[in-house]
Amino acid sequence: MDGASPDSRSQSNRRALSDIRGERASGLRERVIEGGLFACAAASVLTTLGIVVVLFMEAIPFFFDVSLLEFFGSTQWTPLYADANFGVWPLVGGTLLVTVIAISVALPFGLLAAIYLSEYASERARKIFKPMLEILAGVPTIVYGYFALVFVTPLLQQVIPGMGGFNALSPGIVMGIMIIPMISSLSEDALHAVPDRLRESSYALGINRIQTIWYVTLPAARSGIVAATTLAVSRAIGETMIVAIAAGQMANLTMDPRESVQTMTAYIVQLSTGDVPTGSLEYQTLFAVGALLFLMTFAMNVIGQWFARKVRNQ
Amino acid sequence: MSTTSTKLSVSDLDASYGDHQVLHSIDMDIPAKEVTALIGPSGCGKSTYLRCLNRMHELTTAATVNGTVQLDGADIYHDDIDPVLLRRHIGMVFQKPAPFPTWSIADNVLAGLKLTGGVPDNADEIVEKALKGAALWEEVKDKLDKPGTSLSGGQQQRLCIARAITVEPDVLLMDEPCSAIDPVATARVENLIHELGENYTIVVVTHNMQQAARISDKTAFLMMGELVEFDETSKLFSNPSKQETEDYITGKFG
Ligand SMILES: Nc1ncnc2c1ncn2[C@@H]1O[C@H](COP(=O)(O)OP(=O)(O)OP(=O)(O)O)[C@@H](O)[C@H]1O
Ligand SMILES: [Mg+2]
Repeated sequence: MDGASPDSRSQSNRRALSDIRGERASGLRERVIEGGLFACAAASVLTTLGIVVVLFMEAIPFFFDVSLLEFFGSTQWTPLYADANFGVWPLVGGTLLVTVIAISVALPFGLLAAIYLSEYASERARKIFKPMLEILAGVPTIVYGYFALVFVTPLLQQVIPGMGGFNALSPGIVMGIMIIPMISSLSEDALHAVPDRLRESSYALGINRIQTIWYVTLPAARSGIVAATTLAVSRAIGETMIVAIAAGQMANLTMDPRESVQTMTAYIVQLSTGDVPTGSLEYQTLFAVGALLFLMTFAMNVIGQWFARKVRNQ
Repeated sequence: MSTTSTKLSVSDLDASYGDHQVLHSIDMDIPAKEVTALIGPSGCGKSTYLRCLNRMHELTTAATVNGTVQLDGADIYHDDIDPVLLRRHIGMVFQKPAPFPTWSIADNVLAGLKLTGGVPDNADEIVEKALKGAALWEEVKDKLDKPGTSLSGGQQQRLCIARAITVEPDVLLMDEPCSAIDPVATARVENLIHELGENYTIVVVTHNMQQAARISDKTAFLMMGELVEFDETSKLFSNPSKQETEDYITGKFG
C-alpha cells in the first residue's frame, strides 16, 4: 500500500465517492447474508429445542400410567411382558456398567497418550501420532460393534470363564478404545497450556521429570482433564451401536461384566425397530427412557463445558 | 572485605541454540556468600548464562553448552553429575512467580522436600523458617493451607523464594525476580536478596541498574554474549574500566 503518494490517494478518494451507491447495494447484500446465516443458526437451535420439547411431551403421558415411584423404585424392566414392570434401574445399571468399563480403558490410555504427546514426543512424532489417534474417533461405530462381537468377545471367552456371548465387558472395552482420542486430545490441550515456568520451577528444585509431570503438570491441567473425562462419559452413555450389537438385549440389573446387559440406548433401538403400536404404553417407554438419557448426557455436558470454560479462563 | 572464596568458577563457556551461538567464552569466578548481579542489554544472553549454571539450558531443544563450570572445584558438566541432583545445590527463581497450583502455601514451601526424598518430622518448623527467611511469614501464617496461587504477585514471588531455599541450595540463581511485581513488593524482595546474600551465593539478573547497585556486591556486564566487565559493584558503577560499560550505565544505549 503506497497510500503516501498523493496521486494514489486522490485516486482512491475518487473511487470511494463513485462507489457510494454500490456500497449501499452491498450493505443490503450484507444484511441478506447476515439474515440467512442467522436463520440457519436459529433453525438448528430451534430444531434441537423442538426435539427436546417433543421428547418430554411424549414422556409425560407415560408417567400418568406408571408412577415415578415405580420407574425409579422397581428393579425389574419387563415392559413387553404380560406381567409388565417398569423399573428403569436395569437399563441405567447396564448403561453405567458399560460406561465405567469404557472409561477405565479410555482414561489411563488417553491420559498416557496425552502425556506422551505433550511432554515427551518430538514435534515430528506429534505430527504423526496425533492424526492417527483422531482416526480412531472417525471409525463408524457399527464397525466397533462388529469388532466387539466377532473378535473381542471370542477372545475374552477364551481367557475368562463364564463369559457370555453377549456381555458388558467386550463392548465396554471397545467403546473405551473408541473414546481414547476424546480424552487424549482435550487432555493434551490442557497439558500444553500449562506454562513452562511451572515445569522449570519444579526441575529447579531438583525434582525429576516423572515427579514433575505427576505432581505439578497434571494437577495444573486437572480442569481440562476432568472436562475431557466428563465429555467422554457423556459420549459413552449415549453410544448406541456398539452396545446394541455386542451387549445383548436382556435388561439385567447386574454388576457382573460377563453377563449380558441392555443399555438405555440399546433398549431404544430394540423398541423402535420392533413393532409396538404407536401410542401404547410400551411405545411411550421409548420417550421416558429417552428423556432420562437426555437428562444424563445433558448434565454431563454441562459439567464438562463448565470445566472446559475454567481451563480457557485460566 | 575480599577474603571470599570462589563458589562457581566458569571458564571458556559457550552456549548455543542450534546454530545460533549466544554466549562466547565466558570466564568468571563467582564469589561464595555474596550477591553477584548480571546486567546487560536485552537479548545479550543473561538468562541463557544463568541457565547454564544449573544445567537448565540443556532442557531446551537443540541447546548446547561448551566449557566448564565448577561448583566448589567440581565440574558440573562432568559425565558423573546427575543434573537433577545438581539442581538441589543450585536453585533458581524465575521472573514470573510460579507457585504450584492446587498446592497449599505450606505444601509449596515443602515441595522440594516432598518430591525429593521426604519431609522430616519438623515440617512446620521448616515452613516457618523458610517463610520467615523469605519475609513472608507474618502475611501468611494464618492461612498456610490456602492455595499458593491465592497470594498477590509479590507474595507469590517471596513464596517461590521460600520454596527455593527450603531445599537449602548453596547457590540461588534469580532471573529478574522483581520485574513482574510492584514497587513495594520489589523493595521487600530486594531487602530479602541482600539478607540472603549473608548465607547464600546469589546470582541475580536485573534490568534495573539502581537495583543492581543496591543489592549486589559484584556486578558483571554482558554484551552480545560476551563478558565485558566484572568487578566490585561500587567500582563498576562509579569508575568502570571499559567504555562500553560506561556507555551502558550512563544510558547512552540499551
Ligand atoms: N529457547 C530459545 N531458542 C532459541 N533462541 C533463544 C532461546 N532463548 C533465547 N534465545 C536467544 O538467545 C539470545 C539470548 O537470550 P536470553 O534470553 O539469554 O537474553 P537475556 O539477556 O536474558 O534477554 P532479556 O534481558 O530480554 O531477558 C537471544 O538472541 C534470544 O533470541
Ligand atoms: Mg532474560
